[in-house]
Amino acid sequence: MNVNFSSFQGELRAYLYGEIDHHSAREMRRRIDGEAERQHPNTLVLDFSHVQFMDSSAIGLIMGRYRLMQLLGGYIRVSNVPPHLKRLIELSGIGALGVLEYKGKDRGNNESA
Amino acid sequence: MKALNEMKLSFKSKSINEGFARGAVASFLMQLDPTVAELADIKTAVSEAVTNCIVHAYPDGEGMIYITAKVLEGRIFTVSVRDRGCGIPDIKQAMEPMFTTGGEERAGLGFAVMQSFTDKLRVSSRPGRGTTVTMTKQLSHND
Repeated sequence: MNVNFSSFQGELRAYLYGEIDHHSAREMRRRIDGEAERQHPNTLVLDFSHVQFMDSSAIGLIMGRYRLMQLLGGYIRVSNVPPHLKRLIELSGIGALGVLEYKGKDRGNNESA
Repeated sequence: MKALNEMKLSFKSKSINEGFARGAVASFLMQLDPTVAELADIKTAVSEAVTNCIVHAYPDGEGMIYITAKVLEGRIFTVSVRDRGCGIPDIKQAMEPMFTTGGEERAGLGFAVMQSFTDKLRVSSRPGRGTTVTMTKQLSHND
């Protein structure tokens, strides 16, 4: 499975796995949106710690979920981006949305494997 | 410039082939013993170019995508990605960051990524005939 979820006190955490491209982003989007619409979390966290590769489709994925959480009246955070993927995130300028969380470690360890 | 080595690849514009295409180019690049960052740069740039073909060149069906990769003297690597799709009416506009005709889920960053992850990007296109994107990267000398 390319997305796993855990939730705790209104925070829904989506752990993304593998490679994010235009092909895989479609399925990830479907699963994340389904879970977010079902749970209506205060905060949706996209956890990139298990992402090996991504292209700009991942930026589209973040932007689309940002819009979804605006509609649902919640927030979104992008968490645990591995160092080698930061260049693309920086190039995209999505930091201006205030969604990036680079320092955050060990939050929400109630992982559903 | 003379090519020291060359490979050609053709495949259908199915999104499942995006991973295959960048993986194949990355395997070919391995003979230059690239750094991890150089390998990631090429994979990302190829993924963007191939996705453009699938999303934009052939919006209503499948066509073929052609990749040629070359190793040139002086550790220079080139990749060209060609399609016979609809072409780009206004290349300058298409290359502007955040411009997209791909809908809400596309960031409009494809060309910006190709430009910033390689050293040189050339785009030629004829409406109704297709588009060729050629990227050149100078690899570091690690010895």
